[in-house]
Formats: sequence, C-alpha cells, structure tokens
Amino acid sequence: MRLSSLYSRINHNHSAPVWGRSRYRSLRLGLLFIAPWLAGFLLFTLYPMGMSLVYSLTEYHTRGPLEWNQFQNFINMFSDDLFWTALKNTLYMVVFGVPITLITSFACAILLNLKVKGQSIYRVIYFLPSIVPAVASTLLWLWILNPQAGVMNTLLGYIGIKGPNWLNNPAWSKPSLILLGMWGMGGTIVIYLSGLQDVSKNLLEAAELDGASWFQRLRHITIPMVSPITLFNLITGMIGMFQYFTQAYIFRGTGGLGSPLSSTLFYSVYLYQQGFQYLDFGYASAMAWVLFFIILGCTVLILKISNRYTYYAG
Amino acid sequence: MAKHSRLVRIIGRAILYLILIVGAIIAMTPFFWMISTSFMSLGETINRAWIPQTPQWGNYAEAWKQANFGVYFKNSVIITTVSLLGLMINSILAGYAFASIKFPGKNIIFAILLATMMVPESVTVLPSLLLVRGSIIPLPGVDSRAFDACVGAGGQVLACQFQNFTFGASWLNTLQALTIPFMANAFSIFLLRQFFQQMPSELYDAARIDGAGHLRYLFQIVLPISKAPIMTVLLFGFIGSWNSFMWPLLVTTRDVKRPIMVGLWNFVTEAGPQTHLLMAGAVITLIPILIVYFITQKQFTEGIATTGLKG
Repeated sequence: MRLSSLYSRINHNHSAPVWGRSRYRSLRLGLLFIAPWLAGFLLFTLYPMGMSLVYSLTEYHTRGPLEWNQFQNFINMFSDDLFWTALKNTLYMVVFGVPITLITSFACAILLNLKVKGQSIYRVIYFLPSIVPAVASTLLWLWILNPQAGVMNTLLGYIGIKGPNWLNNPAWSKPSLILLGMWGMGGTIVIYLSGLQDVSKNLLEAAELDGASWFQRLRHITIPMVSPITLFNLITGMIGMFQYFTQAYIFRGTGGLGSPLSSTLFYSVYLYQQGFQYLDFGYASAMAWVLFFIILGCTVLILKISNRYTYYAG
Repeated sequence: MAKHSRLVRIIGRAILYLILIVGAIIAMTPFFWMISTSFMSLGETINRAWIPQTPQWGNYAEAWKQANFGVYFKNSVIITTVSLLGLMINSILAGYAFASIKFPGKNIIFAILLATMMVPESVTVLPSLLLVRGSIIPLPGVDSRAFDACVGAGGQVLACQFQNFTFGASWLNTLQALTIPFMANAFSIFLLRQFFQQMPSELYDAARIDGAGHLRYLFQIVLPISKAPIMTVLLFGFIGSWNSFMWPLLVTTRDVKRPIMVGLWNFVTEAGPQTHLLMAGAVITLIPILIVYFITQKQFTEGIATTGLKG
C-alpha cells in the first residue's frame, strides 16, 4: 500500500493509463470489454441498417422475388397523400409539442429549485408521472379526456367552459397528445434541475447586489448558463418526437390506426402500417431512411444555429 | 422604498408557492383519478363520481383474472430481470473500457456508439424482426418466396409463415428475442463512461501496483463507489424493459409469451367499457415501477446530478 501511494505521488500527470505492453494487447483488452455491446451493435443496429438500405431500394412484398426498383419507393412517397399527412402531423408535434414541453419543464425546474419546505417531495411529485408506462398513461388519458365522463371536461364544466370532444375531434387529438406528453415530462425537468445546480451562485448574488431584478437575473444569467442543457433537451426531445409511436398507437382506442380521420397518423405510425399491415417492406424501409435523414438534418441545423446562442463554461 | 420592495418580494414568493402547489395538483390529479376509478363500480364510472362510495377491492382481482395478468406479470418479471442483468454487464464493461482502457480505434468506436443514439428505431426494427424470425434475409435477384402464406393485410406480419428459407430455430416467442435487443444500450454506456472518467487516475496506479488487473480493479474499487450512476442505469433499464411495447408486440405471437404491456393493451378490447377494471389493470402494471423508483430514487437524483449529462 505504501509503495502504491508513493508511486502515485511521483506520477502526477498522466491521463488514461496504458496497461497493456503493446498496442495489440491493449486493443485485444479493449475489444474484449466492449465485445458484448459490439455484438449487439453489429447484430441489431449495423446489420439491420444495411439490410434496411437494401430493402429501401427494392420492391419487397409478401410474395414473390425481391427486385431492385431503384428509387421508386422514394419517388412514390412524393405522390402519396398519406405520407404527407403523416409528415405534417409529425411536424405539428415537433414544432408545437417540443418547445411547449421545453419551456414548461424549464419553468417547473425553476420552481423546484426554489428553497422551499418539502422541496424534495415536490420534486418527486413532478417527476412521478414520467415513469408511468406509455401504454398505461395513454389509457389513463383516454379516460381523463373522455368527453362524457372524463375528469377534464367535468373540471372545465365547473368553471363554465364546455370542453371539446378531445378524442374524436381531429382538431383536438394532437393537442390532447401534447398534453399527455407534458404530464410525463419529468425526465426533462430533472435534467434541467441538474443544470440549474451549475449556475454560478456568485454571479447571481453579485447581480442581486447590483440591483438586478429576479427577472433580469433569469434572463441574463440563468437562461444563458443552462443553454447547453436546453440544447440537449431540444435535440433529444426532437428525436423522440419524430419517432412518436406508442402513444398514438394506443390513443386510437378501438379505432383504426391514425384515427380520428388520420389526425394521429404520425410518421412512425404510417411506417408501421406500411411495413407490418400492408407488408410493403420496401416502402417502409425507404420511409425509415427518409426519417433518418430528416432527423439528421434537423440535428445539424439546430447545432449550427445554437452555436451562436449556447454558452459553455469550460 | 425598502419596505415596498419587501412586500413585493413576499407577494412574489407567495405567487411562486401557489404555482408550485397548483403544478403538484395537476401532476397528481391523473394518479388520483386512476386510483379512484379503479375502486369504482361500473355505474360510478359513468356517473362522473369523484370517489367511490364503497371501494370495490374486488376490481383488482377481477382485472387480474380477466386480463390473465398472472401470466403476463410473470413473463415481464423474467424478461426484465434477464434484460437488466445483460444490460448491466454490458454497460459496465463497455463504459469502463471507453473511460479507462486506452486502445487503438477507441475514439472512432465511441463516436459510432454516440451516433447510434440518433438512428430511428424504425430503420432497424424491420430487418431485426426478420432476423429474429430466423429467416434468411432475401436478397435482390433471388426468388426467395420468403413469405408463402400470409394472413391478409389486416393481420400482423407475424401471421406469415416462412416455409422455405429459415435457418435454425426461429426466435419468435423466445426469451432471447425479448431480452437481447435491450441489452446493448448506448445511453447507459455513455452515462457510465461519463462517471468512470471522473475517477482520479491515482486510483488505478495504486491498484496496479498492488497487482490488480482491470477486472479486479473495476469490481473491487470502481463499482463500490459508483452506486449513483449504476442505480440510474438500473432504473432507466428497468423502465425501458418493463414499459416496452412495440418490440414485444412484434416478436411474440402467443399470449402466454407476452409481457405485461402487451397484456394491458389486449385487455382494452376485452374490458370494453369497463373502465374501472382497465384502470385497476393500469395500476397493477404501475406498481413494480413505483417500487423500483422509490428504491433507487435517492441514488437516481444524485446520479443525474453527478454524471456529465450536460451537453
């Protein structure tokens, strides 16, 4: 033990230590440690990606041979009305759902960061909805938003508002789903909360002494300092929203996929329908790749734009 | 002036408290409504009752029996346990390797790992499904006649029979199909790697001098002080596996093999308008998550705060 502490005292500046005697040995060691993940990655990510790319360029139906059809699947998308409906529905959720959720969860994190009695209890309460399984929470919200007997319209009735027909009105189905998503935004709140711990206390105190109001401190110190967190939440939220599936799948209740009136026919739902109901694997794979590039494009765009607005301490 | 600003502060504080409490009520009302409904009688659910006059405890037994939750519950417990075991071994080893073993190509592989988080599930799900079914993946130009008999378009792809081109046994309805895809998770590896990286390298050197290898160092020194991130990965992994819906729906055809979330969805058509039973079923599926959450809650909060989840 003594020897080791002596050793560490001598060796002050070393980054990651090299244990193997040669590059080969260290490579073998590293690969050994990551082998289980690597196997899973090759089998369930890389290989499917390759095959999916092949399918997207082929006519692949339930019967008969698989044939190259060049870019026909992609060309077909342009004239497929339902494809555009699905894309529009998804963009609706990304454009409205993601920012609303982001702003609300930031506001919640600010509240939960206040020094109040029972702070930890409030934190648990705000987080709890997010661990409810999507299937269960969607069923619950179907019941809450039930136009006849649901608690939402009962409550709205108390204050003299006649609640809309949440579930069967195409104009209200997507806002309903956003509401359901906001109920379960605890994960985003927690990440914001962890970011708020890193906002410099000195800076806030100095600003307060200089007479900056609470709002000014929020605007000029807190928000810029949590901007990396906002970026993280924005990107993960966007990626998740583009793949929105389970809630929409359940939300239709006993109606067909996408009901009412294709208003919840989101991209992934339509893809599922093409792939697993109509068994048009080629078209579904092509759609999946288009989605991938949309996500990639949006991510790059957000990163580019955010460069100017994001603050990094280190 | 000073007095005035103090008054403003007190009012401001009161308003913040009010918002905080209102938010808490909004967050809890659905829970309350779910639990309340689960104890109602059928009549009460229709008549907009707030709370049941006499709690119908029998609803739970009824839902359990009608939905056949016994089987689903057991399946989910097994699936989740096995997935978690694999996930933990996987993530700890890989997270450690990316943090502390220096090997050629590490940075490239790590970049690939991060990139996989961006690949939509819909890109991989279809070929993965075919893979799990044990079919030789048809290639262009080969008349594979992969699907010989498919039950109409309304049915699921699962109804297809692969008659000619299968190798080995199909993984449909097996534990492997339900667990292995959940074992390699980029996010868990990333989270652990961020934490392991913060360990002072003096610790290594000391351990090495004392003759410990990587594995012994990892298990005897690193893991005991990594409780928070491990619990965080455990919680996320548990939630991910227990709540999974789409994949199990695709790789199972027989109800006796299906996990709880698929069971709950099946129950929707069976329960029909019996919302009280449906809510009782929903509560049942929720209980294990609540238990795991409250066990890991303290470490989880810490884990989020201490690991570099930050951009």
